[in-house]
Amino acid sequence: MAVAARQRTGAPGFARRALTSDHMAGWLFVLPAVFLVALFSIFPIIWGFLLSLQKASLLSPNRPYIGLDNYQRIASDPLARQAAVNAVYYTALFVPTSIIIALFLAVALNQKIRLIRFYRLAVFIPVAVSTIATGVMFMWVFDAQFGIANWALGGVGLGPFGWFDSVQGAMPSLVIMCIWGWLGFDAIIYLAALQGVPHELVEAAAVDGATRWSTFRHVTLPLLGPATLLLVVWSTISAVQLFDEVFFVTKGGPLNHTAVPVFYIYRLAFTSLYGFSSAGYAAALAYVLFVVILILTLTQFWLGNRVVHYSS
Amino acid sequence: MKVRQSSDVRAAGSTLAATTALAGETGMVEKRRGAWLPFSPWHLLLMPVAIVMLVPLLWVVMTSLETLGQTQHFPPILWPGSFQWNNYPRAWSSVPFSTWFVNTIIVTTAVVASNLLFCSLAAYGFARIRFFGKNVAYFFLLATLMIPIQVVIIPTFLIVKQMHLIDTLGALIVPNLANVFGIFLLTQFFRTLPIELEEAARIDGASRLKVLFRIVLPLSLPALATLAVIQFLWTWNDFLWPLVTIFHENVFTLQLGLMSFQGSHVNDTNLLMAGNVMSMLPMLILFIAAQRYFVRGIATQGLKG
Repeated sequence: MAVAARQRTGAPGFARRALTSDHMAGWLFVLPAVFLVALFSIFPIIWGFLLSLQKASLLSPNRPYIGLDNYQRIASDPLARQAAVNAVYYTALFVPTSIIIALFLAVALNQKIRLIRFYRLAVFIPVAVSTIATGVMFMWVFDAQFGIANWALGGVGLGPFGWFDSVQGAMPSLVIMCIWGWLGFDAIIYLAALQGVPHELVEAAAVDGATRWSTFRHVTLPLLGPATLLLVVWSTISAVQLFDEVFFVTKGGPLNHTAVPVFYIYRLAFTSLYGFSSAGYAAALAYVLFVVILILTLTQFWLGNRVVHYSS
Repeated sequence: MKVRQSSDVRAAGSTLAATTALAGETGMVEKRRGAWLPFSPWHLLLMPVAIVMLVPLLWVVMTSLETLGQTQHFPPILWPGSFQWNNYPRAWSSVPFSTWFVNTIIVTTAVVASNLLFCSLAAYGFARIRFFGKNVAYFFLLATLMIPIQVVIIPTFLIVKQMHLIDTLGALIVPNLANVFGIFLLTQFFRTLPIELEEAARIDGASRLKVLFRIVLPLSLPALATLAVIQFLWTWNDFLWPLVTIFHENVFTLQLGLMSFQGSHVNDTNLLMAGNVMSMLPMLILFIAAQRYFVRGIATQGLKG
């Protein structure tokens, strides 16, 4: 943002000033968007904190303040702890697996070979499929009785598996489904980063006698640092916010083994499952989740900036 | 990436341009080095991956063309022989799919159109006009990218409830009228455009609005298309927000409808998959037709870090 200003200070002329300096006009241009973002993003984050201090229901305007009771309740709530454990388990499975697969896949998709457009389309296309459609599809693919997954794995002597219905299998099944859905996104980010790697560097390494693997390991991989950092942050954030797939496919089960934080927050605030006055408590949980996301993001960027080398 | 020098902004612009067509799509085929295979060894990795990615989709299509008896068969029937095209009209008429399609199109069109307008206006202000408080306002906007809807869903619900929009299409449109990602994308793009044309037009007495609509926007069609398809994708496939704000079947979007269709047709697998194919098809066609804009939009999300 400082850029635009700096670029222009060099040559102040009539037109330049007329074009660039007008407080009133500037605000008129940005006001509609700024107002909407303030109303639907900044205001809710403040109101959300106030709600977390109240005993609130979404149905009644009567919301008495109860201090930090909601936050104290989190500490002694076994379901909240279970949700946190599930989120950590899902994140630990999803983030490294999806990013490592995407990295090698992007390298392959960056080759100039026949059928490459077909391969790219095959990897990218789940980006266009909604989470619900993906859910309908994978509930059928992973159907314990008639599903194609058990048939294919049975062909190589594995299974049969219970997939979403089994206590041990539900979370890994979710992870597989979500990797199918997100792989295209990750691969696109990596592919864009790979195409920013200068040819001269790779060729120079080859001339110096480096093998393809060591060129990749010591030249390409460090240059992919920023993309990797971005994907780690981005995947972690989306992993701790998992909702659609859990709500639609496993409904938190079996036995709460896939009940993740947003799913629990949704049930507290928008269903009668835990009584109708749990919205304040849900808001407290949501606020804790927000702070966790904030800390994770800042930590990852801080760590990343010490390790990752940005090319200038 | 934290501090953008002016050259970085141009670099960001050229990255945008570079991702328009990912290299390798020009049909160039590299000569093989080792000839131990009649084809590039990369196929050994890519072909299985492509099959794993596509098989679930293809099997859904096959299932949607089977009889109910064929779906309940193990080992699964991969090629049904005779196709039950009739499953599609049956699925379509068993639930109000047409209403859900219309609702989704209304919401998506309204959200995409308003984003194009409001984000263009704001981005022009941020990219081209110097005004008091600009940097602070831009910083706050970008900071809201860190606030996911999931953590503000309860207060946002109460705001929309105050507006008496719950259980109407307005609940799905109003909170999404302007998206920070769109403002960011267009601001970055506008900054890469040469300013001389705009200066000349201003000297000739054109208003800023006229400059924006007659000069800047026509030069920005690729960026606008990118914003449009990404916003279209998000809105079309959104689930959590419609789930909490919409209750009646006649206001459902396609995603809510698909969920309810699944609930009422758990055992009619062939009809369920026909419905699933119909729900996916518009987005898949758009994706294949406008793949480069989707790819660029996603690569730009990468840039915002």
